[in-house]
Amino acid sequence: MSTQHSRAAARLLVAPSVVLLFLWMIVPLALTVWFSFERFNLLMPATREWIGLTNYRFFLTDPAFFAAILNTLLIVVGVLAITIVGGILLALLLDRPMFGQGIVRLLVIAPFFVMPTVSALVWKNMFMNPVNGLLAWLQKAVGMAPHDWLATTPLFAVIVIVAWQWLPFATLILLTALQSLDEEQREAAELDGAGAIARFRFIVLPHLSRAITVVILIQTIFLLSVFAEILVTTNGGPGTDSTNIAFLVYAQALLQFDVGGASAGGIVAVVLANIVAFFLMRMIGRTLEG
Amino acid sequence: MARRVTVTQKLGFTALAWGVGMLLFFPILWTVLTSFKTEAEAVASPPSFLFFDWTLENYTEVQHRSNYVRHFLNSVVISLGSTVIGLIIAVPAAWAMAFQPAKRTKDLLMWMLSTKMMPPVGVLVPIYLIFRDLELLDTRLGLTVVLTLIDLPIIVWMLYTYFKEIPGEILEAARMDGAGLWAEIVHVLTPMAVPGIASTLLLNVILAWNEAFWTLNLTAAKAAPLTAFIASYSSPEGLFYAKLSAASTMAIAPILILGWFSQKQLVRGLTFGAVK
Repeated sequence: MSTQHSRAAARLLVAPSVVLLFLWMIVPLALTVWFSFERFNLLMPATREWIGLTNYRFFLTDPAFFAAILNTLLIVVGVLAITIVGGILLALLLDRPMFGQGIVRLLVIAPFFVMPTVSALVWKNMFMNPVNGLLAWLQKAVGMAPHDWLATTPLFAVIVIVAWQWLPFATLILLTALQSLDEEQREAAELDGAGAIARFRFIVLPHLSRAITVVILIQTIFLLSVFAEILVTTNGGPGTDSTNIAFLVYAQALLQFDVGGASAGGIVAVVLANIVAFFLMRMIGRTLEG
Repeated sequence: MARRVTVTQKLGFTALAWGVGMLLFFPILWTVLTSFKTEAEAVASPPSFLFFDWTLENYTEVQHRSNYVRHFLNSVVISLGSTVIGLIIAVPAAWAMAFQPAKRTKDLLMWMLSTKMMPPVGVLVPIYLIFRDLELLDTRLGLTVVLTLIDLPIIVWMLYTYFKEIPGEILEAARMDGAGLWAEIVHVLTPMAVPGIASTLLLNVILAWNEAFWTLNLTAAKAAPLTAFIASYSSPEGLFYAKLSAASTMAIAPILILGWFSQKQLVRGLTFGAVK
């Protein structure tokens, strides 16, 4: 029973959120688009002028840009592969009867709450350092030459660190979904003689499909913008070996002061994210119906 | 009805799960242990796990050298400030959308969420320049404003999914009794909404505390919260593992404990109600 009066009041209550978000979204984005058509270097403000698509042409023919696109995708795909497969296995394990289940859950979820700069530095120094790191020590203990993670396989090192942070998220969501699975359905299948693999394939996996989609989409949003982990471990290097788009744009803007070029890169990042977002919105939109 | 499991099986699952759990938790445990070592012991080979001379000197040293407390307070002010301001803006909006849904409410919610999908690098340059011109770089105020705007869609969404579950009949009844809009909010809705608001607060403090794009790019020394403070350890001088560990332990401990309390809300909050 909503009256004219209360509907107007409702609109008034929603307005501040909408206006703020609109300003936050539209104003800077419009400025980014504008800058991307300009020659605009903070060190040489006098040379500022409209140069059309030159920044984009420059950006799109820069080998570093393609390296960054590839690295961005490798980070997303690599971390997703590790966290989804690992998350499903872990969720299945944690769903079994055991002693101290609550404590194990706490142990597993913990890495998610570690701030990115801390986890990156801890992994970089105390685990992946080829001289003093724990992994190097382990390798030496079994007679292998220590692996210099950040120098020889920098992107893989970044993927490992980021995956460690996101595996708990995937596990927790998949476990939540798993626990809503109807136990009787599994038992019925068992009575019908379905083996463990068949039960997983035809009952558990379909049940988890929605949660898996959610995990993939939400993680992708964050993984497209991995930044702190790269900044404090490899600084994008060696060369551009671990530079993703977020880091490239940052370096272009705040290290080389090339506002125009960085803006063009930013717009490319927005387009990329939008493609992903399109699918995510449809997915979540459907859950709103229910 | 639970399936029957033999004790042996249960012990097997227990061992396996604890093993995997400890493995994932190990980097955190190792950081905490190292924070109590001397710098020499921190890089000793073979590494010592428990049998070393426990010391607290790294903690006093970190505070002494880099004024840890100030960065800690920056984190508290920025994460709590942005969340509380966000709640003040979002509670009325979420309330209206949950109980006075208009035709476009759903589109509006989706649009709000879509702002969350914009990668921060897309707006880094203009925000940086605007902040420079307004002298908001390296200020708590500037960072609080940015984090409020980043959090706002999630806060609205979380509150909305909680408010949705409050039965509408109660509101109808209150309205029948002649309660006005204000009375309805204060006396009927608020008491029922408190748990949802508390969960939202908790989750968003955690997210804001760990936010590491804007905090790194918009602060230098003065307003740097712990994320940026810790990053300054990436180019260290001399032996520093133990001090890095002490600083890290202090940075993650409070939020880890909050996080453990919020696991349930976490799933629901971060999936926008799609998984409960």
